[in-house]
Amino acid sequence: MTDSKYFTTTKKGEIFELKAELNSDKKEKKKEAVKKVIASMTVGKDVSALFPDVVNCMQTDNLELKKLVYLYLMNYAKSQPDMAIMAVNTFVKDCEDPNPLIRALAVRTMGCIRVDKITEYLCEPLRKCLKDEDPYVRKTAAVCVAKLHDINAQLVEDQGFLDTLKDLISDSNPMVVANAVAALSEIAESHPNSNLLDLNPQSINKLLTALNECTEWGQIFILDCLANYTPRDDRESQSICERVTPRLSHANSAVVLSAVKVLMKFMEMLPKDLDYYGTLLKKLAPPLVTLLSAEPELQYVALRNINLIVQKRPEILKHEMKVFFVKYNDPIYVKLEKLDIMIRLASQANIAQVLAELKEYATEVDVDFVRKAVRAIGRCAIKVEQSAERCVSTLLDLIQTKVNYVVQEAIVVIKDIFRKYPNKYESVIATLCENLDSLDEPEARAAMIWIVGEYAERIDNADELLESFLEGFHDESTQVQLQLLTAIVKLFLKKPTETQELVQQVLSLATQDSDNPDLRDRGYIYWRLLSTDPVAAKEVVLAEKPLISEETDLIEPTLLEELICHIGTLASVYHKPPSAFVEGSRGVMHKRLPARTGSGEGTECPDVGNAAGGSAPEAAPSIIPSQGDLLGDLLNLDLAPPTTAGPTPSTSGMQMGGMDLLGGGLDSLMGAGFGAAPAVMPASLNAPVGGGLGDLFDLGGGVGMPMGAYIPPKTVWLPAMKAKGLEISGTFARRAGVIQMELVLTNKAMSVMTDFAIQFNRNSFGLAPAGPLQVLTPLGPNQTIEVSLPLSTVGPVMKMDPLNNLQVAVKNNIDVFYFSCQYPISMLFVEDGKMERQVFLATWKDIPNDNESQFQIQDCHLNSEAASNKLQGSNIFTIAKRTVEGQDMLYMSIKLSNGIWVLAELKVQAGNPNYTISLKCRAPEVSQCVFQCYEAVLKN
Amino acid sequence: MIGGLFIYNHKGEVLTSRVYRDDIGRNAVDAFRVNVIHARQQVRSPVTNIARTSFFHVKRSNIWLAVVTKQNVNAAMVFEFLYKMCDVMASYFGKISEENIKNNFVLIYELLDEILDFGYPQNSETGSLKTFITQQGIKGQHQTKEEQSQITSQVTGQIGWRREGIKYRRNELFLDVLESVNLLMSPQGQVLSAHVSGRVVMKSYLSGMPECKFGMNDKIIIDKAGKGGVTNEAGKSTSGKQSIAIDDCTFNQCVRLSKFDSERSISFIPPDGEYELMRYRTTKDIILPFRVIPLVREVGRTKLEVKVVIKSNFKPSLLAQKIEVRIPTPLNTSGVQVICMKGKAKYKASENAIVWKIKRMAGMKESQISAEIELLPTNDKKKWARPPISMNFEVPFAPSGLKVRYLKVFESKLNYSDHDVIKWVRYIGRSGIYETRC
Repeated sequence: MTDSKYFTTTKKGEIFELKAELNSDKKEKKKEAVKKVIASMTVGKDVSALFPDVVNCMQTDNLELKKLVYLYLMNYAKSQPDMAIMAVNTFVKDCEDPNPLIRALAVRTMGCIRVDKITEYLCEPLRKCLKDEDPYVRKTAAVCVAKLHDINAQLVEDQGFLDTLKDLISDSNPMVVANAVAALSEIAESHPNSNLLDLNPQSINKLLTALNECTEWGQIFILDCLANYTPRDDRESQSICERVTPRLSHANSAVVLSAVKVLMKFMEMLPKDLDYYGTLLKKLAPPLVTLLSAEPELQYVALRNINLIVQKRPEILKHEMKVFFVKYNDPIYVKLEKLDIMIRLASQANIAQVLAELKEYATEVDVDFVRKAVRAIGRCAIKVEQSAERCVSTLLDLIQTKVNYVVQEAIVVIKDIFRKYPNKYESVIATLCENLDSLDEPEARAAMIWIVGEYAERIDNADELLESFLEGFHDESTQVQLQLLTAIVKLFLKKPTETQELVQQVLSLATQDSDNPDLRDRGYIYWRLLSTDPVAAKEVVLAEKPLISEETDLIEPTLLEELICHIGTLASVYHKPPSAFVEGSRGVMHKRLPARTGSGEGTECPDVGNAAGGSAPEAAPSIIPSQGDLLGDLLNLDLAPPTTAGPTPSTSGMQMGGMDLLGGGLDSLMGAGFGAAPAVMPASLNAPVGGGLGDLFDLGGGVGMPMGAYIPPKTVWLPAMKAKGLEISGTFARRAGVIQMELVLTNKAMSVMTDFAIQFNRNSFGLAPAGPLQVLTPLGPNQTIEVSLPLSTVGPVMKMDPLNNLQVAVKNNIDVFYFSCQYPISMLFVEDGKMERQVFLATWKDIPNDNESQFQIQDCHLNSEAASNKLQGSNIFTIAKRTVEGQDMLYMSIKLSNGIWVLAELKVQAGNPNYTISLKCRAPEVSQCVFQCYEAVLKN
Repeated sequence: MIGGLFIYNHKGEVLTSRVYRDDIGRNAVDAFRVNVIHARQQVRSPVTNIARTSFFHVKRSNIWLAVVTKQNVNAAMVFEFLYKMCDVMASYFGKISEENIKNNFVLIYELLDEILDFGYPQNSETGSLKTFITQQGIKGQHQTKEEQSQITSQVTGQIGWRREGIKYRRNELFLDVLESVNLLMSPQGQVLSAHVSGRVVMKSYLSGMPECKFGMNDKIIIDKAGKGGVTNEAGKSTSGKQSIAIDDCTFNQCVRLSKFDSERSISFIPPDGEYELMRYRTTKDIILPFRVIPLVREVGRTKLEVKVVIKSNFKPSLLAQKIEVRIPTPLNTSGVQVICMKGKAKYKASENAIVWKIKRMAGMKESQISAEIELLPTNDKKKWARPPISMNFEVPFAPSGLKVRYLKVFESKLNYSDHDVIKWVRYIGRSGIYETRC
């Protein structure tokens, strides 16, 4: 029998013909007709017009026909809700059928019909099926609860199905348990805060028992669910791990990967000196390698995951380099991933082998693959110093092949090698320059220009080379333009006499003829630097660059931790958190690895001085921003010697004058706006790299975040005695990113008060009322009114003492009154004050130790977690946490509305109510105020 | 979870489409066709994200199977499911082809309804599926109540892979140890990587619910037994038989994994008929059945001289079969002259290779081929990538050195014992990717 005939179309009057056949008396003919309908549906034709006729065929004892009708119903019920009701009776009847297969079929199908009216009828049959004697029906009903929840969550809760579902976790049949777990996990995902799954040691034990008995798919559901559990201590963690490890030998790769996920997560909690920890590490390697003999698609998933695992725990696979060697027949996506992992595993021990392989790959056909191989050779050079020389000579060999894309790729990586090993391989520059003309990709051109600029003093015709690029300046991409600008400025600083014309040319190209703000800004900065203080310019532009780190493309640690929690899933394939590709509420929850619970708690007092003395707060390798951030890097802003920071404008440039190499007139060329740069300029010049220029003018106004920010209690600012009967008390608050002054005005005089107005004196942070004081009705005797006044931070600036002092004038129909008050500096903390981890590291190191101040906070009984949450409410963001011998170190960042960053390190020791806090800021004056805020926030 | 599953032919026409989730619309069907099947570029990834919708696909001959989802699904599970789905379909109607899929579309819908529920994979064991999803349709009305509940208990039960009440007049089992040996060798004869991936395939025709125990010369077990020193096999001496180090193994779901983890014993109740009991991988002490020694010389710009020697490296009493050596030639080859001592060699222009076939070859022998390749002069700058020389063969032993020590069968309820079961063991070693760079 063949079904393909149903796909052949009869052209005209098809629907009518089908209608007639559907209503035929002959069973066979009916069935044929339904098959034709389904076939039409499959290829995308609209056969919804046949709805009543198809539904009429539902009442049949032929199961095959019934299934086809159900299939039709699932597709079209939504478009014909009224007629779908006709089917309800049959469903309800089928749910009572003696045959369990039919009962299950009915309940399964009913859940797929997304029509409200039908859903109501579904509840009763579903309740029965959840308690059915047959496990096949129960396992189907369990999934049906999830379906119903997707249609009408409230209904499911009201009907108590969730509790029944929870009971099914203790069912005697493992498949029922597995489906109940799957359904509950899904429902729990849309209620992130509910305690729906209620994982506790008892239920975990049940799950682990079911794990041994259920189907491969059920095992996946259970393992994925287990991965969400956080064991109470390392012992529980170990016992779960012991029961999960046998799954590593399962033939189903998904079971293996889900088991790996559970183990990777729970391993976090095990003390590293435990024997079992070592055993577990050893057990993980073989199954991961075995995954590479699966079908290519699964290999791809496995490799993407191994990439994460290798970053998190390099020790697991460090001896397995060979299995990642590329096979000639591997699909390209497998090849590229293997290459990535090879580089990560490269070490001194295996570098010779790796290089030989990479050289082999560089002669392959696929362009992407070859490029990546060339790039990998460069990465090896940076990673393993001993191999650098061989890598460079290999790269030179490749350049000699003259294959265009190979040459370009090689030049890009040689630039990195220069940065890692300065003054070592410059002899190859001549060879590179020979290939100047063949470079047509922006990245390669930019790299070459960087090399020419950096080594301008050794290249005789550097000016000619750069000049040749300048001709088509406006056709270049931004990357090349920026690079060219910087390179020529470097050249000028090195050989000022010959290149004055060139530099003027590039500066005017960048500032006057370009629409690109980045380019213009950089041009202006250079221009101003060169014209006001060439010595400083030299220090800034030609400063020694930090060495490039070994790993250039590590995943950011917090993201890595989250992705480890998603091993096996799409997130781990994309290397993106689920929120980046999943719509709606699902998956927005951020998962985190559990913290190591110290069973071996040390009592030794940590060396405070050392930790505070600017040592890196994290042992993780620092990460150099990838190409996207090249801009900031090249600006060398982060390398600037510490300028005197603070709210007062720096005028040193003017005094030093004298040596204006470029002659007069430059200042006038610059826009007036730039000449009158905001007073905060010098302070924000030190702004972290990531923020780039945008930060310079960022005066707060971040995204609103309604959170429990600390609001000090109201205090009386102006007693009635001093203000002819007007009493003013108030406080400051930050709500949804807006600073507000909350005032309570009380009239204690006998006469009515009207015409209120308010004004501020100049103050440290430029606070000013953003609108008039809104007191609309006259204030009668003994009346009180509450007003809140939004404030902006764009007012005139003057340093006050204390820094947070604010002088206010309030006027009414009687007189003008003056008072001063102090605002908590925390209301100036903006919402986007969370610094990138690596930027934090760099900034912390970069701020001189003299700028650090230490304070004690006494009598605070919060643990570090609670403290961190509380502080977050006031826009004090915890960036990293590390536990050293029972003492939690929290690293936090704060950004003030005028762009000043404050970095903090908070030490919390369990059981000790006294916290130590170290603050580092380019403007150390603010530290005292910031400390007061910490104290206020933590103690309230 | 899985939002929908589509099957397309090579033109991108939908043959089957089943949607499980409300967030997947009909436009998803077209999105995959336009962006993947009709894409100009070669497929760069088996996972594609189009407008926040993720597509997973596998290809079987001309047929595309695609799973679509909008959630963060378990990606490994999706691919495992797709493979399983292919297995199930193949066992129902043979090859996965457009014709077969069209011919069985009702059956496929029925299967999709059963093995995926709301996008969650359910029972996918062909054995039990076939008990209630048949090409003739279920005869629900003819079944007795016992039969029905037997089906459901098997589908959901702990031993979902085997039904009760199987009877054979002759209890018999076949064990095939199938290995594929993989090699990557440098032109100088250095082993760059080598591994054996092996499978133990069992055909069991046993009555009742037999409990089986499988033993092999796994180093860990033998070392354990050796230390104990009490086994009666000690007399046979384990010293003569080499034990092997298994890097890793995975088992069919019938094997009790926790028991393997704790005692390293492999015990199970087998499915009926043919199935794969275990897979394993070894990398140490592999017997490489053949060694390929290439010699390529460029004579001027228009000529290549190639000489390849193959040496067999196993007991002279054994015979290797189906030997094939594939020597790649440059794209601009205009003509080839070959001389070989044994077998037949031919230049296949369409495959850009010289294919040298030898029917049989005994161990410890050597054979040689030499070829002269004429090249057309080209101004193509790109160098010839020189793909490796690959080899295919089949040998009657396990290159890993694995030996089956025993397979014991216990069925307490029926009156047959381990001795009554007829057992057959066979070893076949095949080439996997067996390549030598030149």
